[in-house]
Amino acid sequence: MNEIKIDAYSLHYKVLNEKIRELVKSGYKKIYIENVLGQRYIAAGLKEKGVEIYIDGIPGNDLACFMDGAKIFVNGNCQDGVGNTMNSGEIIINGNTGDITGHSMRGGEIYIKGNVGYRVGIHMKAYKNLYPVIVIGGTAGDFLGEYMAGGLIIILNLEKKDKVVGHLIGTGMHGGEIFIRGKVGDTIGKEVKIFKAEKDEIRRIKKYIEKFCNYFNNELEKIISDEFIKLIPISKRPYGKIYIY
Amino acid sequence: MDERFFRVPSGCGVCGIMSKNGQLFSGEKIVKSMCNMIERGNGLGSGFAGYGIYPEFHDNWCFHVMYNSKKNIEIVEKYLKESFDIIHSEPIPTKNGKKFKFVPILHRYFLKIKQEKFNNKMDDFSEDDLIVNAVMFINRNIEDAFIFSSGKNMGIFKGVGNPDEIGDFYKIYEYKGYLWTAHNRFPTNTVAWWGGAHPFGILDWAVVHNGEISSYGINRRYLENFGYYCTLFTDTEVITYLFDLLHRKHKIDFETIGKILASPFWFQIDRIKDENYKNYLKMLRIIYGPALINGPFAIIVTNSEYMIGLNDRIKLRPLVAGEDENFYYLSSEEAAIRIINNNLKVYQVDAGKPFIFKVKWQS
Repeated sequence: MNEIKIDAYSLHYKVLNEKIRELVKSGYKKIYIENVLGQRYIAAGLKEKGVEIYIDGIPGNDLACFMDGAKIFVNGNCQDGVGNTMNSGEIIINGNTGDITGHSMRGGEIYIKGNVGYRVGIHMKAYKNLYPVIVIGGTAGDFLGEYMAGGLIIILNLEKKDKVVGHLIGTGMHGGEIFIRGKVGDTIGKEVKIFKAEKDEIRRIKKYIEKFCNYFNNELEKIISDEFIKLIPISKRPYGKIYIY
Repeated sequence: MDERFFRVPSGCGVCGIMSKNGQLFSGEKIVKSMCNMIERGNGLGSGFAGYGIYPEFHDNWCFHVMYNSKKNIEIVEKYLKESFDIIHSEPIPTKNGKKFKFVPILHRYFLKIKQEKFNNKMDDFSEDDLIVNAVMFINRNIEDAFIFSSGKNMGIFKGVGNPDEIGDFYKIYEYKGYLWTAHNRFPTNTVAWWGGAHPFGILDWAVVHNGEISSYGINRRYLENFGYYCTLFTDTEVITYLFDLLHRKHKIDFETIGKILASPFWFQIDRIKDENYKNYLKMLRIIYGPALINGPFAIIVTNSEYMIGLNDRIKLRPLVAGEDENFYYLSSEEAAIRIINNNLKVYQVDAGKPFIFKVKWQS
C-alpha cells in the first residue's frame, strides 16, 4: 500500500511540509492529512506526479504554491492565495476560498465548490501548453481576473444569486476569458467587454464544468443549458500608453 | 517631532473575541488564537486589549503608563495628582522580562477625577474630554512617558515580542474579560518600539490594525484641529482618534463611520438612483474628506460595548468574521478562529462595510 495518514494537530508548517516531502520521496502516492489548521504552504513546490493529498481542515495561506503535478483535495474552507503560481496539477476544494485564489497561476486546475474572495485569478497566465483553469461553484468578490493575462475562469453561480461577482472585475485584464452563469452589473473593469457566450464556446469549456460536476455531484446538463456571459479583454496592452519612453 | 520623521508601518495579524452576553473569560483564548497565526508577525510587536478585567476598580479611570526612563516618573505623578485622586497605583505585573532586549517601566494608576476640575468649564465638558486632554498633555510634553491605555475597566498590554512572549510577560491568561482583541506586528517602515505596538487606545477605545495608512499625514493634521495629537509614531493612532471624534464627539453611528473612513468611490456614488441618498453620500465625502483612510487596512475597533471589523474599500487586507453560540469573532485568518471552536459560522467581511458586533448584557 502506498497510502499513509498524518495527524497535523499543532504541527508547525515547516515540520508538516518536510514530512510530506519525505513521504512523497519514499514512494507514498496517497497522503491523508487530518486536523489541518492554518499550516501554510502545504505541498509547496511539490514536483512529483501522481501524488494525491487529502486535507481535512483549514489549510493556511498559499496552499500548493509553485506545485507542479500533484492533486490536492481539501475538505473544508481555504484561506488566501490558494495555488499561488502553481504550474500544473489539481486542487479540489469542498468549501470556500479566500482572496487571491489562483494568484499568478501558470497551469493546472482549481475547482471550488463554494464562494471565493477578492482578486481571484489575479495575474493568471497561459503559456504554450500550460493553461490555468479555475472553476467556481458559487460567487466571487471584486476584481475577479485582475491583470489576467491568460487561462480560464468559470463562475457557475449554482445557487443563482443576484450578485454573482463584485465590481471592477477584469480590471487590467489583457488575455484569457471569464465565463459567468448569470448577470453582471455595469461596474466592470475598463479593459473588458461583456459578450453572450455562444453554444460552441460552452462546448469548448464543457469538459471543465463536467469535471466540477463529477467532483461535487452536480447535473451538468442543467448547468450548461443556462445562459452564460463571457468577459474578454478589449486590448492586449491596456497600459501601453501609460508608460512612455 | 519633526514632520520628516513620520513614517508608516505595515504587515500584521489581528483578531478579536467577544462574549455575546458579556460573560468573562480568560485571556488564554485570545493568545491561543493569535499564536495560531504567529507567522503574520515577526516578533517586533504584539499586544492585547481586554474589557471587564478590572471589576474591583470598574468606576475608576485606569492609566497604563510606560516610562522609558526613571527621570520623569515624579513629574507624571505630580501632574496626575493635580487632576485626580489616585485610588490605587502599582507596577503592571509581569514576568520573564529578562528575555527582552529592553523593557520600559510599566505602571498602572486607578484614578478618580477631582470634582473641582469641572469648575468654570463649559457645560458639555465631560470626564472623557478631561481624560483625552490629560493623555494628550503627558504624551506630548513629558519626555519618555507614554499613556497607552486610559479607559475604565479595560486595559491594553503591549510590547516588542511575539504574541506568546508578550502574552506570557503580562500574564494575560490571569485576566478575565468579556471582550479581547490582539495584534501581531510585522513592521516594515518604522522601528519597532513598545509604544508603537498595537492595540492603540484612548478612553475605552482599542484599535488593532493590519495595513498601512497612506493618508496618515492628512488624517493627523485634521485631528489636530480637534485637539488630538499623534505621538506614538504609528499610523494606527489616527484611527483611534477618528473613532473617538466621529462616534463620541460627533455622535455618528458605526455604519456611517464606515462610509466616512472607507467611503464609496465617486463612480459608485454617481450610479446611485435615489437622489437623497446620493446627496447624503456626497455630503459625507465633502464634510469628512480629511477623515477618509486611504491605503490597505483591516481593523478591529472596540469599546466597552462594541466590536467592529472594517476593511479598506478595495479589500487589500484579509479579515473574516465568525459566530458560534456564545461568541463573536473577527480575525485575519479563519484557522485562528477555528482553533477556538471548529463548529461555527464564518462570514466574509466585504470591502468598506463594517461588521458590527454588540454585547447583550445579561439582565
